[in-house]
Amino acid sequence: MTSTPSTVLGAAPPAQEHTTRQERIRALRDSAYRIRMHALNMGEVQGQGYIGQALGVADVLAVVYKDVLDHRPDEPDWPERDRLLLSIGHYAIALYAALAEAGVLDTEELATYGSDDSRLPMSGMATYTPGMEISGGSLGHGLGIATGMALGLRYRGSDARVYNLLSDGELDEGSTWEAALACAHHRLDNVTAIVDVNALQADGPTAGVLRTEPVTAKWEAFGWHAIRVDGNDVDALVTAFDSLREHRGSPSVLICDTKVGRGVPMLETREKAHFMRVEEHEWQIAREQLTQNHEAGRADGPDGRSDATEGKGPAA
Amino acid sequence: MNTPAATVPPARRLTTSAMIASIAEEGQRTTKAPFGHALNRLAEERPDVVGLSADLAKYTDMHIFRDAHPERFFQMGMAEQAMLGAAAGLAEVGLTPFASTYSVFATRRAYDFLCLDIAEPGLNVNVVGALPGLTTGYGPSHQATEDLAILRGMPGLTIVDPADSVDIEQAVPALAAHPGPTYTRLLRGAVPTVLDEYDYRFRLGRAAGLRGGRDVLFISTGLMTVRALSAAKELERDHIDVAVLHVPTIKPFDSDTVVREAAKGRLVVTLENHTLVGGLAESVASSLAYAQTTARIVPIGLPDAFLAAGALPTLHDRYGLSVAAIKERVRREL
Repeated sequence: MTSTPSTVLGAAPPAQEHTTRQERIRALRDSAYRIRMHALNMGEVQGQGYIGQALGVADVLAVVYKDVLDHRPDEPDWPERDRLLLSIGHYAIALYAALAEAGVLDTEELATYGSDDSRLPMSGMATYTPGMEISGGSLGHGLGIATGMALGLRYRGSDARVYNLLSDGELDEGSTWEAALACAHHRLDNVTAIVDVNALQADGPTAGVLRTEPVTAKWEAFGWHAIRVDGNDVDALVTAFDSLREHRGSPSVLICDTKVGRGVPMLETREKAHFMRVEEHEWQIAREQLTQNHEAGRADGPDGRSDATEGKGPAA
Repeated sequence: MNTPAATVPPARRLTTSAMIASIAEEGQRTTKAPFGHALNRLAEERPDVVGLSADLAKYTDMHIFRDAHPERFFQMGMAEQAMLGAAAGLAEVGLTPFASTYSVFATRRAYDFLCLDIAEPGLNVNVVGALPGLTTGYGPSHQATEDLAILRGMPGLTIVDPADSVDIEQAVPALAAHPGPTYTRLLRGAVPTVLDEYDYRFRLGRAAGLRGGRDVLFISTGLMTVRALSAAKELERDHIDVAVLHVPTIKPFDSDTVVREAAKGRLVVTLENHTLVGGLAESVASSLAYAQTTARIVPIGLPDAFLAAGALPTLHDRYGLSVAAIKERVRREL
């Protein structure tokens, strides 16, 4: 299912670049670890929530915010910024964590998550939070707005790119496919959709709610350049995004297979994982497991070899 | 294959010819595609104005803009949700979109997108809905008889129901100048030109008295204002003196003017091209009630029903929107 990015992977990079890439990957893994930790801390404020998705998508967000987006943390409305539209408003907990990691939000503010008068509501709202581009709680809106932004940016001669993080459950919404048609028709190569395929939605596993596979083939049939990766493999994500940025002539989609609860073994195996309840005494255990897991990954080496043992391949 | 001329000519029946049906009456002056031309003129002054269509550019007069400014026109295909989402995205990057489709699709089908993508962030997106109320004989799939009722509950949305080509031409720059979202009920094709005979300027949010009268006050919106003016003129011959107050903006509603005029002791007749549920009549009634003012209100509008298909003049007669039906109703109620 995983298609190979068009960049040359076989050739060994020069030694210096190799070191640079090792450092880059290691920094991004550390970043993903901090995003997960932020998410757990915020989850504890509410006692429950979309923790599983936040842990699952943390690697993607780390790469996007630390490596991909051209943005200015202290000027979130900079007109030339690349935009990430969070269709899935309930993933806001993950995005707040990423915005803190990126320096858009202060880490201390995360403690207000979901509280009265907070700028960080449980479902993402553009009018509340710096760096939140759209209010995306009703699913199937992000890609349509991305289409208009991309048309407008191109019309204005801007090189800024529009990324839309959507979920596999969102592929149920017909409006997503309306927008997919429009992006391809208008050859919007400044659009990149990122689909978080965790194979789980509100009423249960996606395969039982409304089958969406084969996801890659569907996007390709709609005229998109599609790459599918293990969304918890930082190395693979970096390679994929590097490759997508070079692509011209059609919109691109990065399909990321992720694991709900990723990085915290106790939560990875939890049965009711869509809207997860975590008992009071479990938060500290979760943090400890997260740290252990992260340190074990670092011990394996930062050069990407650890992915072979760390990653279980696509979750679907 | 040609058949020989029938010996008995068939009884003349009006046909639906619905999608091109004109709301103009015999002999009425009209202007072609006033929206499209007004948008073109505006676009000459404002490079931020862009247009979108969901496969109905030709049928919403948007083709005039499309042909003049192809680089600023974005075809979204028959996909109203994506069109309104895209309009929001264009506004987010600093452009001023006009997005046109039929009213039924903008309201019934893409409501969530108008609400969350456009109205909630308060974007300057101007949605233009053709075939409002009963302006086609195609039946309920195309008759937006409840669009005002659907949209009045949407916070922050400005709703405009212009009367004629003059109103439309003046409304377009005002809509673009207004910072928030708007919905306009579009009369397209050959649109009656009437208000140039009156001392009238379109002002967003304001009702306008078009003529005075001692016996009856017509409070009207949209194409019914043109009918109200005709009916008022004709009722003069019966020595019935009718004033006409045109309310082009349904939201925000000019309650002050409406209450002031309605409190003058005349029979109040509301006229709207919309179901009597949740449109002009109820806006007038609630304005009076909140102001602790009373008046006898005769509401002229469409019934709370899915309407028939057929020829437009027949339907307007049947449902009481024709000038003849208005006059008859006033005589009966006085």
